[in-house]
Amino acid sequence: MSTTTLTRPAGDPRVTPSRVLRMEWIKFWSLRSTIFTLAITALLTIGIGSLISGLVGSGDGGPGQNDFGDPASISLAGAMLAALATAALGVLMSTGEYASGMIRATLAAVPARLPVLWAKATVFAAVSFVLMLGTSLVAFLAGQAILSSRGFDSVTLADPGVFRAVVGAAVYLTGAGLIGLAVGALLRNTAGAITTVVGALFVLPGLVQLLPASWGDTISPYLPSNAAGSFMAVEATSPSLSAWSGLAVFAGYVAVLLAGAAVLLKRRDA
Amino acid sequence: MIEVNDLSKRYGEKLAVDSLSFAVRPGVVTGFLGPNGAGKSTTMRVIMGLDRPTSGQVRVNGRSYAQLKAPLREIGALLEAKAIHPGRPAYHHLLSLAASNGIGKGRVLDVIDMVGLSEVARKRAGGFSLGMGQRLGIASALLGDPRIVMLDEPVNGLDPEGVLWIRNLLKSLAGQGRTVFVSSHLMSEMALIAEDLIVIGRGRLLAAGPIADFIARASSRGVRVRSPQAAGLRALLLGEGVTVTNAEPGVLEVTGLDPARIGERAAAAGLVLHELSPREASLEEAFMELTRDAVEYHATTDALATAGRTNR
Ligand SMILES: Nc1ncnc2c1ncn2[C@@H]1O[C@H](COP(=O)(O)OP(=O)(O)O)[C@@H](O)[C@H]1O
Ligand SMILES: [Mg+2]
Repeated sequence: MSTTTLTRPAGDPRVTPSRVLRMEWIKFWSLRSTIFTLAITALLTIGIGSLISGLVGSGDGGPGQNDFGDPASISLAGAMLAALATAALGVLMSTGEYASGMIRATLAAVPARLPVLWAKATVFAAVSFVLMLGTSLVAFLAGQAILSSRGFDSVTLADPGVFRAVVGAAVYLTGAGLIGLAVGALLRNTAGAITTVVGALFVLPGLVQLLPASWGDTISPYLPSNAAGSFMAVEATSPSLSAWSGLAVFAGYVAVLLAGAAVLLKRRDA
Repeated sequence: MIEVNDLSKRYGEKLAVDSLSFAVRPGVVTGFLGPNGAGKSTTMRVIMGLDRPTSGQVRVNGRSYAQLKAPLREIGALLEAKAIHPGRPAYHHLLSLAASNGIGKGRVLDVIDMVGLSEVARKRAGGFSLGMGQRLGIASALLGDPRIVMLDEPVNGLDPEGVLWIRNLLKSLAGQGRTVFVSSHLMSEMALIAEDLIVIGRGRLLAAGPIADFIARASSRGVRVRSPQAAGLRALLLGEGVTVTNAEPGVLEVTGLDPARIGERAAAAGLVLHELSPREASLEEAFMELTRDAVEYHATTDALATAGRTNR
């Protein structure tokens, strides 16, 4: 065991955005939990989509096809639940570093700090979007095949609004993860961040239903998951925004939360 | 070179670091000594740009931490043991940090080898012992072959072999001309590895200087004199700069006079001495005294002088 220097690190001695991206890329793929969570997300999206496609309209008291909206939405229904998994993955990308103290090593390596947040978000968004787009395509195709084999209506990617809905599911899964990442960076605590994100994405829509109808109907479309629902559905079922307004609102949540995380990351002690 | 200039850090009501100034020079191991809660870790976090100072500044190689273009190549730190995601293999932990500063894979493998973790580098760090975690932290501190190495309580929880390894490592790093800054709450540990010493208590500087001075001061703390004519002797010895206390009947503790002078004066006055012995305070005692009275002392770089004087 030698204590002397063996090699001098070579290369241009500078922290650059692409180097920070490389750091986050290595961190992302070197955790088994990341790969596990991504696999769970894909399984949930495809599995639930197929399950619901296989169950709608069966039995007398069971749900009818129209209860789930259009055929595309039926096959993509799993994405709503699978977003739990991507949101959790996003949370853990941030809070995992605080829980272990790794954040100090990271920020000491990148004193400008903000490149770390951008790199995390970029790595997550790129990987998640590619994988989730594939996942939602598979879920869609499998769902349509099941529906048509059962003699129900089915649609193709060429039908109006369908391609948008398929891409929309990948956008929602990725956006939910980015919301998780930002909330994780804001709260720096795994349990708190997961509770917050689950509350905002999954519990809040139900609570708003309890408000007087005039209020509820006004607020409801602007909730993050409902805004996302408007670009994941081919036809609107309940009062909702247009697909593009929904996308803008959803992107707004992601942007505001990331901006908040950036401000606090820069300002707070690590 | 690390320079800390009038640094204060407040957490809410708690003033963790209070107008602290010191410099750490290259080529020697500098010990950063203080009891638990003295503000050592806080100071180190501020040096690393992790905590923002309430006032004052810190310079690393003449610049603020945020201005360092590739910080890992200038200063490497071990701030807390096992600051690594438990699910990530040691190799990837180091590889990711290296990547951010443009440090190659070859260097990562070298530092892993240097700290003796080659066998387990691909294993998840969650299963590492404290000692292995400490070695991994040191590997990450050495990644960029930095001119400054800063370690917070590196020997805590290590087995004797690990302690020895760290001591030798630090000495060899300093021997290569690097700045080596190591904290500890144990004077005994510092006495073994440090050449320079910075002592703090309650966030304030208590002493700074070569450890040799500290040792010299610590061991000249008084003379114990036993005499059947203690009262007469006392009157004889008292004078400018001399204190004499009655430790027990017939025994005097004298400071300000060396044993030879005391013996000569007693002989000249015809007084009988049964014992005349310099009282050697251990380094640990000296440290305890210095830090116990933390609030009484004022921060000066020659506070060592204060430490040597008996306050009664
Ligand atoms: N993040 C923090 N928030 C509040 N108090 C802190 C924080 N960090 C340290 N302190 C307090 O500051 C003082 C100095 O702590 P520290 O720097 O850890 O001392 P040392 O490393 O010398 O043991 C302690 O009283 C500690 O409780
Ligand atoms: Mg400490």
